[in-house]
Formats: sequence, structure tokens, C-alpha cells
Amino acid sequence: MTEKVLIIGSGPAGLTAAIYAARADLSPLMIEGMERGGQLMITTDVENYPGFPDGVMGPDLMEQMRKQAERFGTRIISSDVTSVDFSQRPFTVSVGQDTYSAESVVISTGASARWLGVEGEERLRGFGVSACATCDGFFFKEKELLVIGGGDTALEEALFLTKFASKVTVVHRRDEFRASPIMADRVLDHPKIDVLWNSVVDEILGDTLVSGAKIRNVETDEVTDFTADGVFVAIGHTPNTKVFADQLKLDEAGYLLTEPGTTFTSVEGVFAAGDVTDKIYRQAVTAAGMGCQAALDSQRWLHEQA
Amino acid sequence: MGQNTTTVTDADFASTISSDTPTLVDFWAEWCGPCKIMDGPLDEIAGENDGKLTVAKLNVDENPTTMSAYGVMSIPTLIIFQGGEEKRRFVGARSKNQLTTELSDFLS
Repeated sequence: MTEKVLIIGSGPAGLTAAIYAARADLSPLMIEGMERGGQLMITTDVENYPGFPDGVMGPDLMEQMRKQAERFGTRIISSDVTSVDFSQRPFTVSVGQDTYSAESVVISTGASARWLGVEGEERLRGFGVSACATCDGFFFKEKELLVIGGGDTALEEALFLTKFASKVTVVHRRDEFRASPIMADRVLDHPKIDVLWNSVVDEILGDTLVSGAKIRNVETDEVTDFTADGVFVAIGHTPNTKVFADQLKLDEAGYLLTEPGTTFTSVEGVFAAGDVTDKIYRQAVTAAGMGCQAALDSQRWLHEQA
Repeated sequence: MGQNTTTVTDADFASTISSDTPTLVDFWAEWCGPCKIMDGPLDEIAGENDGKLTVAKLNVDENPTTMSAYGVMSIPTLIIFQGGEEKRRFVGARSKNQLTTELSDFLS
């Protein structure tokens, strides 16, 4: 059986595409991936999604979207896509041994937290190294923590962690934050937060649990061993495009390229929506909007093929 | 909560894991998005391995003693116990297939 529309990914972009495609009687098949619901699953309060004047919890918002997509007949598979073949039509999308065939594909695989790639990081993940303050902050009551990064996400994480930690030190490689001024002010004014400017992590230390990090000042090259019970990495995101890299055009940062103003990728019949193609806005509501565009683009395109 | 999994607390933790039947304990919390992803797969695994494996859920908010005794610092964390001893530990959400493969040593 060949699917009309196959959607890869289940964040706001994928689920909105599913809602629109399902309501257009295209009976979409969604391969939701292991990071089901996407980045909002690790977000607490969402205060800027329209329609929720009192805010909404990220996981709750995603559960509601998922129900809405299912209500109109979206079928969902809970695994990661392992390979795709967009070189001929119908396209094929594989999940391990299982292969699905589709006339059109919407890619909304989003972006995932980037890691530092330093010694100790992978070994100590789950033992004091984390990329999710909302998931793991709870385990660091009265502990001393490092937050690596200087963007909005890093500063949000630092502020969130002050609820638990006795002290939070932000390590940032530049001499000013990239984050919005309101976030920067909150961090700089916070009594529990210190900032190490012009500094990078060379190694995360610890035997079975994190005990600290080797921090290097990029101006002086001086390296110090900094004591900490946890290291939270928040240095941005990488688009999840590895599985498409040899099939679709990507930009130099790995984002899927689309024709301006549309969701068309470099292969006709394959559409992209959300953070996998958007490095500018990256909001739940913009991702949802692009998901809608992708569903409408694919619907129109399928119609033209018939 | 699934119908095939059980709930374990600080009070009955020791007796639950002392069984010779392997027990998979899922450390979770209400506020943990990735933990919710595990609910379905864990319930199915428990149902398919009835009698061979016990799947018990431990809420870390309500059971801090067990959580800190096992040094859990990230959830979801899944620990497999047999005869009271920790046999293996998995940190982070994973698919049903992946988990089934990882558990295969204990399901024979």
C-alpha cells in the first residue's frame, strides 16, 4: 500500500501537518520518532502559544495536538526512521526492517540539543551531565551546577535551575550573552548565578558522578578545575537531518533547504516544516504554521499529479 | 498508568526487588515529558512477559529515599533488579524494540 502523505516527526510542525492532511481525507501516516512530541516535551510552561492565556505545560500541549491529529484519522508509528529513498517515486521510508511507501513526504524532524563533544561528557550523561534542566534539575537540590552556553535556552535553564541548586555558574565563550536583554538582566541580577565569561569547557571531570569541569579562559588560555555536581549543556541545537543528507539539499549548518515562501525541498513531493528547516524563528507557533503550509503544499501537489 | 505495570514505593521497594523474577523499575515523575513516552512500551513489555518480568513504576517525587539510594540523577531511568541486586541500568527514553533487545538476557 502506498501512503498519500507520510509525516516524519511529531512536534508542532508534524502534528499540525497531520491535522490538516487528515482533515483533507489523506489519512496520513506519522512516524513520530523516539523523541515524540519534540522539544516541547522537555519544556515546562509555554506562555506564548496563542489560546492559552494562563500558559500551558509543553507535554500537555503536545498531547492535545496528538489527540487532535488522531481524532481525524492520523495513524502513528512510534519509532525513528532509519533510512529513506527519495530517488524514485513512490518514495520509500524505512524503520528498521519495515519499509513504507508514500507519494509525498513531510519532514518535520526538528532539532535536538547539541553536545560539547568533550572528554567525560558522554560517559557521565545521566550521572550529572544533562541537556535538559526541566528533566533533571530536580535531582540537584542544594547542589552546585554549571550551565554551558549564552543563548536564551542556556539562560532559561540557569534561571530554572536556581529553584533547586545552591549555586549556578554560567560558562560562556564570549564576553556578552547572545540571549535577549530581558533574560540577560534576570541572570546577571540573580543572587545565585555567577558568570564565567570568555570560557569554554575542555573536559568534564568525575569518576562515576560529575565532580567538576576543566574550564579554559579563551583569552588567557589559563585552565582551572572547577568543582560542580552537575553540568547542563545548552549550546544550541542541530537539525535532525542526518538520515536525509544524501537525498536532499541542506545548508552548511545542516538545515533542509526549501524554496523561499514554500515548504518545497530540493525533491519534488518532499516537504519540510518546523525547526528542521527554520534557524530563524524556531517557535512552536511558527513550526505549527509551517506544518499547515506543508500539508497544504502536499495536498495541492498530489492533486496536480493526479 | 498501564494495566500491566505495578507501583512501587519507598516502603515496599526492598521486598519488590528481592524476587528471583527480574524486576524492571521505572523511575519517573509527572513533570517529565520523556517519561510519558515510556508508558506505552513498558505496559506492553509487562503484558508480553507476564510471569517472566515484573515492571514496577516508582514516582521519584513521592519516593525520594529510593531515588537517592540508587543515585538516580536523570529520568526516565530504568533499573533491572534480580534477587535484590541491581543488574543493569538504562538512562533515557528508548523504543520498545530497543528495550526488548536490551532486556533479552533477562527474559529467557
